[in-house]
Amino acid sequence: MTAEFASKPMFDHYQLDEAYDEMFSPDGGVRPQYASIHRLLEGLTEEEFRRRKDAADLTFLNQGITFTVYGNDEGTERIFPYDLIPRVITRDEWDTIERGLIQRITALNLFLKDIYHDGHILNDGVVPRDLVFTCRHYRRQMRGVNVPNDVYTAVVGTDLVRLPSGEFVVLEDNLRVPSGVSYMLSNRNLMKYVFPRIFGAYGVRQIDDYGQRLLETLRGLAPRRRDEPTIVLLTPGVYNSAYFEHTFLARQMGIQLVEGRDLLVHDNIVYMRTTAGLKRVDVIYRRVDDDFLDPLAFRSDSILGVAGLLNAYRAGNVTLGNAIGTGIADDKAIYSYVPDIIRYYLNEDIILNNVETYRLTDDTVRAHVLQQLDRLVVKAVGESGGYGMLIGPHSTAEERVEFARRIEADPRNYIAQPTLALSRAPCLFDSGVEPRSVDLRPYILFDGQKVTICPGGLTRVALRRGSLVVNSSQGGGSKDTWVLNA
Amino acid sequence: MLMLSRVSETLYWMSRYMERAEHTARLLDLQVHLLLDQTALDPDQRWNMMLNAIGLAPVDGAHDALSLTHWLTFDTLNDASVLSCISSARENARHVREQISSEMWEQVNSMFFEVKRLENSALWNDQPHRFFRMVKEGAHLFQGITDSTMTNGEGWNFIQVGRYIERASLIARLLDVHFRAFQLTPLHDPIRENFLEWVSLLKSCTAYEAYCKVYTADLRPDRIAEYLLLNSDFPHTVRYSVDHLYSCLQAIARTTESKRAKHVNRLAGKLNAMLDYSSVDEIMTSGLHQILQEVQAQCAQIHSAISSAYIVYPADDFVS
Repeated sequence: MTAEFASKPMFDHYQLDEAYDEMFSPDGGVRPQYASIHRLLEGLTEEEFRRRKDAADLTFLNQGITFTVYGNDEGTERIFPYDLIPRVITRDEWDTIERGLIQRITALNLFLKDIYHDGHILNDGVVPRDLVFTCRHYRRQMRGVNVPNDVYTAVVGTDLVRLPSGEFVVLEDNLRVPSGVSYMLSNRNLMKYVFPRIFGAYGVRQIDDYGQRLLETLRGLAPRRRDEPTIVLLTPGVYNSAYFEHTFLARQMGIQLVEGRDLLVHDNIVYMRTTAGLKRVDVIYRRVDDDFLDPLAFRSDSILGVAGLLNAYRAGNVTLGNAIGTGIADDKAIYSYVPDIIRYYLNEDIILNNVETYRLTDDTVRAHVLQQLDRLVVKAVGESGGYGMLIGPHSTAEERVEFARRIEADPRNYIAQPTLALSRAPCLFDSGVEPRSVDLRPYILFDGQKVTICPGGLTRVALRRGSLVVNSSQGGGSKDTWVLNA
Repeated sequence: MLMLSRVSETLYWMSRYMERAEHTARLLDLQVHLLLDQTALDPDQRWNMMLNAIGLAPVDGAHDALSLTHWLTFDTLNDASVLSCISSARENARHVREQISSEMWEQVNSMFFEVKRLENSALWNDQPHRFFRMVKEGAHLFQGITDSTMTNGEGWNFIQVGRYIERASLIARLLDVHFRAFQLTPLHDPIRENFLEWVSLLKSCTAYEAYCKVYTADLRPDRIAEYLLLNSDFPHTVRYSVDHLYSCLQAIARTTESKRAKHVNRLAGKLNAMLDYSSVDEIMTSGLHQILQEVQAQCAQIHSAISSAYIVYPADDFVS
């Protein structure tokens, strides 16, 4: 067995198809940015590979880098699967991504301010009014509320995918509580341990100061002019799937990790309960969804939130990052209007294109889409995490009938897109190196002055052969993303 | 850095439950051994003493030793069982995982799984002594790891407070139950009857060897009472526990500068002084039972005072 493995070239099972391959050009040549990695992999003996893999496993295990899967009684904690081969992005590629994301976030933030204030874009008929007001994530409580520095989306994670042409396009905006940044940082640490030499030789841009940058961003949003505002991270608690990330970020920033029950509102001011008495809180980096933030304003059955928080927020006594109601701008039906939104506010053409999207509220489009469900991807507009979607080519006839019924019942709630051939990157398996579909989620911070993109991101991998779903809740994994200096 | 009230409360309970698990395991171990010997007490009476010592109601009629031991060790429907206590300690630890060291979490976590795993094992059935020893060692390991891997700050002090308040009240209760059961034994004479029961009382506090070093193997009830209640140097005595409880509460008061700390410290200081300035003769004359009841009542008061000073104080207590 061992001998067989050792003699087997690592790339025996590697097959190119119509999708863009991150490592090989269509003629089978190695792309220059992957040359050293390719050489390293070819020369890797099984023993050496095992040794590095074991070291990596152990590091992840010891650090308790885990996530929780919902709907599994066993409960639950799994190590987040990762792949040891880094994904490399050249400086030119990154330049485009960076400019595109700055443009997009700037415009979406202006859009949010507009629809919660004067609604110019609605009056001018660029985005249909009913589309906004029927969105499940629209929050009328935010009408006319001024947020510090006009920042609605301080922390963003936008999902990009790469088309067969090599072009990066935006698949999804995540403007509510994007997660995964801790995996980006942990993956990087791991790679530096496991492949120090090659990492050092590559000239990879630094991402390690993300925690500090996040802290600065949050500090800049404090409502009171104070040298040392009190900033906390609000978590739903240990049973949340991203709890590891919450503890990780709180530790990185050196701030308190609080739960709803640690906070209280008194005279519209938010306090946390400490052993030394009540301490005023200025900024809350909240990892709790809008619905659960304040039982008096939103879901009254929520025990994760803080009663009175919305009023304290509206009174300007506390800042929430992100603001309430940002979900309207990452609604998948609004998504199809983002090119128009960018043109409307910035008078610019979109840099990072959208994926072609069918609006199902249009009768002709809907009829057309329903006829070819087996070739399309259908998504519920307000969902994320790979839940509530139909991937046509991988679906059964029953699933398609079910989705057709749902679409007819509530066309506003769904959009359809062509099934994309996501780009594929090399991944290490016991049998050698094989390509798997990947996406890219860069992390973006916005303090009102400047949009900062952390040079890197989470490359998510569909580890199952042939799968297109990269979400960790659906069997996805991740790999380190190297953005090159030159 | 400020500490959240919830976190300190959770650390406190984690520690109390671990102490309770250890204590119950030790009592059960001795109980199983005592029942092997012929003693003056009939087994049913012995079981009820044991149940009383850990705060459970006595059982009427005949006791089935095997099922009782199992119930007190593994039954998670019984909140006082060893497994329940370890599980509660673990649940508390889980909620403050980022506050304790990873080593502490790993220890309480693996201890929980180990005990669960042994429920139907040969080890448990054939050598309960080795099983209980494992539990006791696990608890000691947890303490040792806590002391050597965690910053000795406010959180650590809350852990100490939890441990010692639990220990003080457990020992006081145990002494009370024992001395009431053997109240006819002459206080000042060497023990002749039920010798093993008195040895076992000392062993319940891991104090047999330590006692012998001070008083020789000459067991006398008044000396045993004096040792377990008033000795200031041995870790499993009431006085030692209250001493440490008091100094950790003072440390917490210094860190938090809470104005409500005064009340807690006054109560702990009062209990400490009472033990400091008592002699065993006075206590025996005025009534050991009263003193032991008083110790338990004051521990309960200190517990509520800690809670209302640091955990659930009214919402008008602002810092900067």
